[in-house]
This record gives sequence, structure tokens and C-alpha cells, in this order.
Amino acid sequence: MSDLTRLTIAEARDGLAAKQFTAEELARAHIKAMEATRDLNAFVTETPEIALLRAKESDARRAKGAVASGMDGIPTAVKDLFCTEGVRTTASSHMLEDFVPTYESTVSMNLRKAGSVMLGKTNMDEFAMGSANITSYFGPVKNPWRLNDGKDRVPGGSSGGSAAAVAAHAAMCATGSDTGGSIRQPAAFCGIVGLKPTYGRCSRWGMVAFASSLDQAGPMTRSVRDAAIMMQAMVGYDPKDSTMANEPIPDFEAALKGSVKGLKVGIPAEYRIDGMTKETEASWQAGIDWLKAAGAEPVEVSLPHTKDALAAYYIVAPAEASSNLARYDGVRYGLRESADDLTDMYEKTRAAGFGREVRRRIMIGTYVLSAGYYDAYYVKAQKVRALIAHEFAEAFKRADVLLTPTTPFPAFALGEKMDDPLQMYINDVFTVPASLAGLPAMSLPAGLSADGLPLGLHLIGKPFDEETVLRAGLAIEQAADFKMLPQLLRAGS
Amino acid sequence: MTYLIQGKTGDWEVVIGLEVHAQVVSNAKLFSGAATEFGAEPNTQVSLVDAAMPGMLPVINAKCVEQAVRTGLGLKAKINLTSVFERKNYFYPDLPFGYQISQYLHPIVGEGIVALDMPDGTTREVGIERLHLEQDAGKSLHDQDPNRTYIDLNRAGVALMEIVSKPDLRSPDEAGAYLRKLRTILRYLGTCDGNMEQGSMRCDVNVSVRKPGEGLRTRCEIKNVNSVRFVMQAIETEAERQIDLYEAGDSVIQETRLYDPDKGETRSMRSKEEAHDYRYFPDPDLLPLVLEQSFVDRLRADLPELPDTKKARFMSELGLNQADAALLAGDREMAAYFETVAKGRDPKLAANWTINELSAVLNKRGLDITESPVSAEHLGALIGLLMDNTISSRIAKDVFEEMVETGADPARIVEAKGLKQITDSGAIEAAVDKVIADNPAQAEQYRSGDQKVTGWFVGQVMKATGGKANPKMVNELLRKKLGS
Repeated sequence: MSDLTRLTIAEARDGLAAKQFTAEELARAHIKAMEATRDLNAFVTETPEIALLRAKESDARRAKGAVASGMDGIPTAVKDLFCTEGVRTTASSHMLEDFVPTYESTVSMNLRKAGSVMLGKTNMDEFAMGSANITSYFGPVKNPWRLNDGKDRVPGGSSGGSAAAVAAHAAMCATGSDTGGSIRQPAAFCGIVGLKPTYGRCSRWGMVAFASSLDQAGPMTRSVRDAAIMMQAMVGYDPKDSTMANEPIPDFEAALKGSVKGLKVGIPAEYRIDGMTKETEASWQAGIDWLKAAGAEPVEVSLPHTKDALAAYYIVAPAEASSNLARYDGVRYGLRESADDLTDMYEKTRAAGFGREVRRRIMIGTYVLSAGYYDAYYVKAQKVRALIAHEFAEAFKRADVLLTPTTPFPAFALGEKMDDPLQMYINDVFTVPASLAGLPAMSLPAGLSADGLPLGLHLIGKPFDEETVLRAGLAIEQAADFKMLPQLLRAGS
Repeated sequence: MTYLIQGKTGDWEVVIGLEVHAQVVSNAKLFSGAATEFGAEPNTQVSLVDAAMPGMLPVINAKCVEQAVRTGLGLKAKINLTSVFERKNYFYPDLPFGYQISQYLHPIVGEGIVALDMPDGTTREVGIERLHLEQDAGKSLHDQDPNRTYIDLNRAGVALMEIVSKPDLRSPDEAGAYLRKLRTILRYLGTCDGNMEQGSMRCDVNVSVRKPGEGLRTRCEIKNVNSVRFVMQAIETEAERQIDLYEAGDSVIQETRLYDPDKGETRSMRSKEEAHDYRYFPDPDLLPLVLEQSFVDRLRADLPELPDTKKARFMSELGLNQADAALLAGDREMAAYFETVAKGRDPKLAANWTINELSAVLNKRGLDITESPVSAEHLGALIGLLMDNTISSRIAKDVFEEMVETGADPARIVEAKGLKQITDSGAIEAAVDKVIADNPAQAEQYRSGDQKVTGWFVGQVMKATGGKANPKMVNELLRKKLGS
């Protein structure tokens, strides 16, 4: 039996169906891989007992001919902001270090019902605020991709633990959540596929909120097909989330059968920014060429307000966060610092419970919502947001899908860019516009930099048109033929 | 009838606006499925949403929206087909989310009108500024432990309608009349039980004073006054305080105050400078609330008859006078009771009995109309017996007393006690003849022109017949016999 952790979901699904191995064997192989890669710090909480239990249940279902879905028996890591019944859910914050929910988030429940096997809860930037997974209370996550300079690379963030776990083959797939790029940017940095569905596809119920109007769960996998299979098991209308769309749900994997012949691929001129590396630009051109070779037609499109997206995002997201995080007050659950009076308790608890980046964003958010500043910041940012959505809609009159790089540069070394939040925020420059417009977008590996670090390409689709994103993604995937393993997993390393 | 307070520098007018928080009668909370019953054990009606657990999201309760729209329609107000829930951010232990979901720039109901029936028989219209939906907070219990505060979240998330009046009220009496009228309307609609003691209706009072003819001066807001009487007292107290300040050459500062009914004073709670910056912004967990016009139309068509319409109908259709009509229509249960009594009977007689005899009994016993010992059906039956001359009005009063004691059917009482009126002219004639024959002196007195003795004769005949003779027939026969 070959290494079960090398399989994609699709391959594992076929292997399970053909009785080549059991879900329990699959789970044990991944538990072993999870333990072997602990140095990455990808998991905050490992749940091997739950994994084995669910794997055995999966095998029992299969024996009865009652397989729940293509995800039945698939070892899955869950980002630690999806509340999991009976398993502590920390959002990588000291504030929730000991918080054990009595309920299961809709997305993780959907995956459970689909038969997926939870391996554990993955590390992340605290409350999903970060782009390098360095703000976690449980320490930074290391990217399994490294160079020979002895420095660890960041995995990106905020879903850095999920990305690292999937890239390191410690999990076959993982849930991520994306507010301004938190699925796509770490996917790019770790050389995997990360898909943020249209806002409203996945229920936010039971997901620790960062910025409600932007947060969206999505799959992180090692192939485009796997992303389709996993996303199928995550989505679905949930009346408990009032912002959800009750849209018909297509068969995402079936969408991969189509061709990209004649597909109009929009290339937004404004994404050619200063600070983008030559390699990133070359990889973008390669993407264009691959799609062209597959029969698609590149078209120039214009998104003039792209340059304002980051500023608008860093007003809207902190504003919502400042309010969403007000519930962590030490009164009902989570951390409570002892104090002399109520105000003292609030101050000490929140000062101790939140890390620097979270506190920074709460301060920014509180500021932009304050009397006298609200119109100048929040209202204006909402106008920019509406403009950006409008420009995308215009672009989609000419194009079926847009292609851009995922990030301006590949993964940087742990310790770099740490002092300047603005430098850090640049990571999200290509991912944030689609978040503001609520559009589906996917990052997939396109190749390696000269140094040997993954580069991601980014596809943005029309609302609820994940199918075209997947189809174009598959064409790039086939052309790129990205089969490199992180150095960590290469023999002899 | 202008209400003016006389100060050292002349007359002062009082300007009052009320903000009423009315708890919505509903099956569940505004954004969660938890129950809303009053008086449950602490923290037994709390859902994961109410406790603001991580990842929990609000889902609007359609029933609460319906109730708010119905209330808006009852206040003859504009219904806004699009309204927006916003977050009002502040920290307090009984506010689990750290914000209250409320409506700010775009309330569900706009301007409306409440008509007050003033004691002098006039009607006074008071403008409604807006009505919006919002969540109630929980309760902090400071008296359970010397060092700790306990939190009860049963009330957290319960739907409130904040009903804001325009600054149209000019006296404590008007404010009282407004509150009572608003409560009546809410009770008619069944959208709030109006129970101020249990806190299901609470009132914030905005008070300012001015010299007649002036523009508005600085106002103070008196928070959470919990009875109509206290509202009226608080206005008077606060108006006098402000007048004293102005007349001493000081100024009034805009602030939030509390009314202390024991000391009869208002006290500063926090000044404008200390006021919270609530950082309102649209709640990103909720989409704008959009209503269909057809939904509003359906609710409008299904509205019950409201007190003003009912009062008008009592006057035009039933011929009641304004005072009686207003009194009966002023309480939904009272009106329903009256309408049952009056059904197919003389409305004025029904009104008299309801307002006079019945109310006297209820007042004496401290009972509500819904607790009446006499059912509306029975009182109606009694009036029926009166109208068809089965009993006299004198006997009716005895029967009524019996009904109050036993709750029995009046026909039964009449039957059992043999109180049926004698309308057999032969029997009455015999009794009249006997009384005249037995009292020749009084008969002579009558014949000599002293008709005052008629009453005495009637009494004698009634006595002889055990009060059962039809008084009208007795009268007629007596006049006929004595006059001959």
C-alpha cells in the first residue's frame, strides 16, 4: 500500500470505494503525519480519538452501502474558528483558550454529515486577523516550504495552519475562512488550492466572526477537483444565517467536465502594481498563456478603484470586528481577569485576552465608527465598496472570469515585515477586492519562484459562478502540472 | 385649558415628549427562539444567541415585525417598507453582545397620531415621531451578594417597540392621558400588554420649560419611569426644578436624570459630556428589512376596531353620549363586555348598567372587568328582563345584587324567588282597590287636589304585591281609580 497521505480526495474516494483501504487506515496514516509534522505548529488541538471514531463510523456506513458523500472517510482539518461541539475552539486567542462550544458550526456539521473525519483544529491568526499566521496566541505556523537559508517561511494567513497542514500532507483537506484573502493568500504561499465561495454560499453560523459582511468559509485542498468535492459538502442554505443566499447549488465537480474554449478571461490592468515581483508577473503571464492555449480568450478589463480597495477594507473589516469582538468581555465565558470593579475587569480581561494585532484593529474599528469620523471613514469606505462591486459587474460584462496573481510576492521569512502593519496589509492587495464585492475567487499553485517557493494564480468569478472559476482553474492546473512537494516532505530532507 | 406654572418671573409652559418602550407580545424574542414569559427562573429563557456565544447570528422574528407594523397602523402612522437594524455599541454586563440591535436612521414606522380624549370632552392630537424595533437588555441583580453582581438574561433580546412622541404634550395631565391612550391602543391591538408594573411598558420623559411663545429650551431626559402617576409627578418636579434654575439666573444642562418617587426629586444620572458614543452602524449580520405592501395591506385589513372608531360608533350607532362612549371604548375588555351586554338590547340601558351598577361593584371589590362576578351574558339577560317587563327596575337591582353574590343567571333568580313582575291588570286592580278602600283619608286628600300622596299609594300597592307589580300599571290604575 502506497502512502495514503499522498492521495487527493478524489483518489482516496475511489480507493475507499474500491476497498483498497479503509477510512480507519486513512485516518491512522494522517494522524501519524499530523504527529510527524508537529514542528509546523499547524494544529492548535489534535483530535485523533474523534478522527478514529468517525473513520470507523465511515467504514461501517460503507459496509452497509450507505456512503454519505464523496467526503465520507476523508481526513479533514478544521480551522479553529469553526465551533466544534465538545472540542475547544480558540480562534487562536488567549481569550478563548479554554472555550469548549456545546454546538457545532453549520459548515463543520455539514462536513460531519458528509462523513468527513476531523483530525483536529488548525492554528490561525488570532481571530483571523493577519496575513502570516504570526498573531496566533499559540505561536506562529511554519510553512512546509523552505529554502536552504535556514529561515522558516510564513504560511500566510489567517488560515495558515490549514494551509500548512494540507501542504504538509498532514490533512487531505482543511476548512479555511476568508475575510480579505485568508484562504487564498495562505493557499498561494503553501502551494495548494484555496477557494473562497461567493459570500452567502456557506453559512457563517457557528463560525467565530471577524467581519460579518466579508467572512466566508471555503475549502483548502491539493487539487481543483478536491476543492469542488469539499465545497459541495460545505455549502447549503441555512436559515440561521440571515445574510445567506438561497441560491440553487450546482454539482461543482460536474462543472469540471466543461471546456474553457471561448471563455473570456479578463485581465485587470490595475493589478499591475509596484512591488509585484518579476516572477509574479511572469507567472501571471504564464497563466494567461495557458488559458489561451486551452482555447480561452484573454480580454483587458479595467477595475479603476482597485487601488482604494485595501483602504476601504481596512476600515470596514476593523469596524465590524470592533463590534463583533465586544462580546468577549469576561462576563459569560472565555478569559476573565480578576479586578476591583467592572471597568477594571473589562480593561484587564481584554488587554490580557487579545494580542496586539487584534487590539490594533479594535482600536481602528472603534475610531472609524466614532461620532464625527463615521462619515469620513465608514460611510466613505462603504461607497468605495459599492463602486468596486459596480466595477466588477462592469468587467463581467466583458469577461466570464478574471485572472490575477494571488499575492504580489511569495512567502516571506518569519520575522520579516513584522514591524510595519502596512507592509503586512499589502499581502491582501489582490484578494481584498473580490472580498469586498462578495465574489467567488480561488488561488491555485502555478509554479515556483526561482528560489523555490510556490506562486499562486487567482481566479475571480461572477456571483454564484464558482463553476467557471473551477473550470478555468482546472485548465491552469493541468497546464501548470504543479507536482512539487514541499522540501519538508522530499526524501532526504 | 392651558397648563402654566407660575414662577417669580411669570408664567412658564412645559414641553414634554415621551419615549415609550413597549414589550412586544410575541411567541419568542426579537432575534432568537427563546421564550419571553414574565417571571421565569433566572436564565431559563436564554438561547445561545441571547448569550452571544461565539458564532451566533440573529434571525428576525416575523411575528415581532408583524406586531410593530400593526402598532404603526394603529397609530395611523407611515409604515416604512424598508428599514434597517443597526448596532448600538456599549459595554454592560447585561448586554451580552456588547451592542444592542436597534433601528436608528431607518425605523420601521414613521410619523403617526394619537388622539387624546380630554376630561373636558375635547380631543387633542399628539404626534408620533417614530416607532422602531429593538432588543431589550438583560437584568443585573445587585442584591444577591454583597460583592458580586448576578446577571439574568431572560429578558435579553426580548423585542421592544420604542414609540417616540413629538414634543407635543404640555401638561402632566396630557402626558398621563397620552400614556393611557397609547396603552389602550396597544392592548386593543394585542401588541403589548401595557403592564407598567411588570416593566412591559416603560417610559423615558423629555421635559423642558419655556416662556409662552418662546422656542424650545434645553431638555432633560428622565429615564425609566414606571407608572403613569410617577410620569406625571416627575414632569411636575422636573419642570419646577428647571424653572427654579432659570429664575435663579442659572441654566439647564442637557442630561439624563432619574426620578426618585420617595424623595419626590429628579437626580442627575449622566451629563451630555458623559453620554456614550454608541457608534451606530448597520448590523452586518442582518439584511435591510424589506416588507411587501401587500403584507402591510393584509395586516391593515385584519386590524381590530380601535378605540377611536369604537367610540365614534358607540355615539353614532348606539346613541351614547361622548362621556359614556369614551369611557366604554377606553378599555378593550370593558368595550367587549359592554357590547355583549348591549347586543340586541337597549344600548343606553346597557351602558348605564355597565358604567354605574357594575363598575361600582368592581371598584368596591378592586376587580378588573375580566374578573367580574357577573358575566356580560347575564347582565344582558337582566336588561332583557327589564326591557320585556318581566321585572321592574326596582326588582332588577335586587336581582343584580343576587347575581353579584352568586353569579347566577337572572332568569333563574327571578324564577326561584318568584320576582316576576305582575302585569295581570286584574290582580293589580284588586290590590289598588284594596289599598284605596283601606285608606279613605289619603284617598280624600288626593281627590282634594294633593297629588303628592300618589307616591305613597304606589308604595303601598308595591308593598302589597311584594314589589312585583308593574309600577307603570300601578300608576295608571291609581290615577284612574282615585280620580274617579
